[in-house]
Amino acid sequence: MTAEELRAQVAAFLAEHDPASMSALDFLRARFDAGLAWVHFPEGLGGQGAPRALQAEVEAAFAAAGAPDNNPRRILIGLGMAAPTILAFGTEEQKKRYLRPLWTGEEVWCQLFSEPGAGSDLAALATRAVRDGDDWVVTGQKVWTSSAHLAQWAILVTRTDPDVPKHQGMTYFLCDMTAPGVEVRPLRQITGEAEFNEVFLTEVRIPDSQRIGAVGEGWKVAQTTLMNERVAIGGTAMPREGGMIGLVAKTWRDRPELRTPDLRDRLVQHWVEAESLRLAGERQRQQLAVGAPGPEGSAMKVAFAELNQQLSGLELELLGEEGLRYEDWTMRRPEQVDFFGRDAGYRYLRAKGNSIEGGTSEVLRNIISERVLGLPSEPRVDKDVAWKDLPR
Amino acid sequence: MSTPDLLYSDVEEDLRSSVRALLTDRAGPAALLARVETDTPYDLSLWKTLAADLGTAGLMVPESLGGHGASPREVAVVLEELGRSVAPVPYLGSAVLATAALLAAGSDLLPQLASGSVIGALAVPLSTAPGSAFPSAVSFLDGTVTGRVSTVVDASVADLLIVPAVGPDGPGLYAVDASAATVTEAVSLDLTRRVADVALDSAAAQVICTGAAAAEALAHALTAAAGLLASEQTGITEWALTETVTYLKGRYQFGRPVGGFQSLKHRLANLYTELVNARATARYAADALTTGNDVPIAVSVAQARVSPIAVHAAEEAIQLHGGIGMTWEHPAHLYLKRAKSDQIAFGTPGRHRALLADLVDLPA
Repeated sequence: MTAEELRAQVAAFLAEHDPASMSALDFLRARFDAGLAWVHFPEGLGGQGAPRALQAEVEAAFAAAGAPDNNPRRILIGLGMAAPTILAFGTEEQKKRYLRPLWTGEEVWCQLFSEPGAGSDLAALATRAVRDGDDWVVTGQKVWTSSAHLAQWAILVTRTDPDVPKHQGMTYFLCDMTAPGVEVRPLRQITGEAEFNEVFLTEVRIPDSQRIGAVGEGWKVAQTTLMNERVAIGGTAMPREGGMIGLVAKTWRDRPELRTPDLRDRLVQHWVEAESLRLAGERQRQQLAVGAPGPEGSAMKVAFAELNQQLSGLELELLGEEGLRYEDWTMRRPEQVDFFGRDAGYRYLRAKGNSIEGGTSEVLRNIISERVLGLPSEPRVDKDVAWKDLPR
Repeated sequence: MSTPDLLYSDVEEDLRSSVRALLTDRAGPAALLARVETDTPYDLSLWKTLAADLGTAGLMVPESLGGHGASPREVAVVLEELGRSVAPVPYLGSAVLATAALLAAGSDLLPQLASGSVIGALAVPLSTAPGSAFPSAVSFLDGTVTGRVSTVVDASVADLLIVPAVGPDGPGLYAVDASAATVTEAVSLDLTRRVADVALDSAAAQVICTGAAAAEALAHALTAAAGLLASEQTGITEWALTETVTYLKGRYQFGRPVGGFQSLKHRLANLYTELVNARATARYAADALTTGNDVPIAVSVAQARVSPIAVHAAEEAIQLHGGIGMTWEHPAHLYLKRAKSDQIAFGTPGRHRALLADLVDLPA
């Protein structure tokens, strides 16, 4: 499969399906059925087993034709995490059932992983699933759940065997968010808005047919989800002055009355760091394109979080008097983070999450030092202890 | 702006392998330490093998002028390896700085430098940044040059001095046989890279170029050297990280390998993050110098970013090695001295940030 062949396929598809005269949903369903949704997926599941790198060609061709997109706000969890996990561990029936409406955006997904007592130490989670005939009965509390209030489906990790060490007694499910016993509550955060939710699961019945992977193998399945999460964060090409640095540089140029010598030196330093990080991202993409992925991803996430936090802090200082004001503390429920659409105070506060979400910078530094540099791992005091005997 | 190539080609990796094999064999830490205080601090037999036999002196020189028709990208790979080994050879002064000046000037002296048979030095202080005014310390009159230039890199082993001087017709670049100058070796902070003061007293000088061409050739040499130095600094960073990781895996205290303590692991993870940034940034500068695109910004970003990273890495190597890191017998100090000297060479990070602020329109 070459880029030219794919472009020809897209052209042939567009000749038969005019995005201007069809409903967006019909168009997306047809695109999925033609194997032009995610070209690296197998035939019959929206793809044709083509190299993943060719996806960008397909997206560009559809975008140029004014085709509807399958809504970016669902990408991170549904497309980026649920889909690759279902593809890797789901049964044929599960793949046929879930992947098409996931890709078209008919069904929104969320991720029921983190718990109040199990964030960075995800394997400590306590949400219980108990077998009852053909069903499992699930009870527990999840947290930091983006889009839970919009989602039809969730990927869910549970504890099914408390008598074995924590990594062994977990099982992975697909949870219907409209099932009785699922309650979603907004979780208001530092910015005043509720971008995330708490999800309470009270005796929720999940059919065994919605289990992904074997009983007790939930950790292995979850690893696939988490690896895809890190790939999904920070994978796009950026122009010079893309992101936060561009915004601050523009304010600097537009508002000479705000400039001070100390802020200038810090701004130029951050400009240099931003450009360097952009080049590191570009280098990583070039390595991926030739099939030699480097281990740089975790390092770049750490660096990005730090830079974004410093720049958003600098932006507030630069604005001076205006930085003392906040646009609106009214609680809202955004569908996605509107980082650049809101004011500087919001950016300063929201950026604090950059070093926590998707793996804290501390955990990522452990990953870099242990998996990249080969340094000894932290002593594991919980390795051979049954989950039920761990202090909590 | 076309997409820069930030990876290493197979040819570059082959070049790296042969340079690394040579330096591992001939410039190990014990050999370096034994040599630095002797009367022959530079290893000119190693230079001959590296420059002439491996052909690295003429990498960025076209084949028609006696070189190998490669590019600054390949020179950058050699410098990465020289940064990893701090081998005492005059590569920066001759194969980078003097060669870049002669290349820009289109001089017929190039084949001698490209072959490695003649060592060249550009008679400016090593700290001179791109964008500096044309130096007026030396004057040209009636076929001779007179004046003093201090802290010239690699001058003490040079055969040929390329001297910027101002004459009745304005600025010019002149070739002076080193035997016609008084070259006084200085005590260098960097034990493996020497600097010397050059005194010229009516020394016979051959015109290389004059006027705007001379100013441009000098500016090009300083820009190229500043940009390529980032690759040497990347090599220093890589050495410091690799050595420190190895040491901390094997050093036991409190009943555990020291490298298992989280406070140290996180510092090394930070160094790794800096190395990832340094490598991409240095590669970009080398690629920019090769394609001619975006050169001033690429070079100043490289020096503003990679210089402090190399110093940080060398300082962390000293600290994390503990007591042994402070001793003369461990090579860490050689890298610290190189890293700190490199930070000053061709403009400090602050100097490059000032250049950059104008280039990218961040006015005061």
